[in-house]
Amino acid sequence: MLPDATLADYALRLGDDSLVLGQRLSEWCGHAPMLEIDLALSNIALDLIGQASHFLKFAGRAEGRGRDADSFAFRRDALDFRNCLLVEQPNGDFAQTMARQFLFSNWQELLFAQLQHSANDTLADIARKAVKEVAYHAHFANEWMVRLGDGTEESRARTIAGLEWMWRFTGELFERDPALKPLVDAGVAVDVPSLRPDWEDRISRTLAEARLELPKPRRWVMGGRVGHHSEHLGHLLSEMQFLQRAYPGAMW
Amino acid sequence: MNRNWPLWEVFVRAKNGLSHRHVGSVHAADARMAIEAARDVYTRRMEGVSLWVVPSNAITASDPKEHADLFEPAEDKVYRHPTFYAIPDNVKNI
Repeated sequence: MLPDATLADYALRLGDDSLVLGQRLSEWCGHAPMLEIDLALSNIALDLIGQASHFLKFAGRAEGRGRDADSFAFRRDALDFRNCLLVEQPNGDFAQTMARQFLFSNWQELLFAQLQHSANDTLADIARKAVKEVAYHAHFANEWMVRLGDGTEESRARTIAGLEWMWRFTGELFERDPALKPLVDAGVAVDVPSLRPDWEDRISRTLAEARLELPKPRRWVMGGRVGHHSEHLGHLLSEMQFLQRAYPGAMW
Repeated sequence: MNRNWPLWEVFVRAKNGLSHRHVGSVHAADARMAIEAARDVYTRRMEGVSLWVVPSNAITASDPKEHADLFEPAEDKVYRHPTFYAIPDNVKNI
């Protein structure tokens, strides 16, 4: 295929969202409140990392400079990551982790449901496989929002605090980027503002069931798509990339 | 905080036509959560097409002390085993 910088950038955005959230969730491995939840979070993390490897591999082909998924994941600095800010936010407690998953997976499911009809066959194929995985992630997170929100006073307070933390990063999910216009016009990329009504509908329904309110509107924090990340991403990468940085090209 | 979650026994049907088999147990606050936990713990490598979960405390077990009374009388009744039939090669799952 001919090199296409815009397409490569789009694939990086999709891949980095999954990669960074997958890495975040892996931090729970061995620390979750119950063995069953430990496995559930690890399963979700592995689904996401699998998606990332497909998107990043495709980004390498679109870029045409010989980079593969590993070189994108392990040999890029924070400024070159294109994930949204929501996925790099710290895990906090279990409620905060679930608040992030709830807001993100419901969005990602809607995104992939459209992306599976992309005019680009590779992106469509990846999305078609991933949308089933993400539907379960959303289901899992929705269930926990209801349990925690409509649970004890403590679980409720922690869930509200988690939503408050994450909410300001959701505006970025629906931000139309002029740089992607050619891809949207060609039916390759999803026009994200169009996802908002369905997303709000889903979020509000689950929150109502959880007896929680939609967090108050606030000024959105954005910049992830152009590499302006929070300090949290650097720490995440230093852990994720340590081995390849210290022992370049190491295999096992 | 949730050390008190009750235990559930998990049964998996590997494919249609087979019966559910006991595979282990999970902790969960209720049946719905138990199904999800069982899905994550016991079917992540495509082990099943259907799940049952049963509260562990709903199971009545036989008493190990009665083992002899319950099971030994069957030992000398070889005529109960259908050993006189040849099983055709293409019959699976027997």
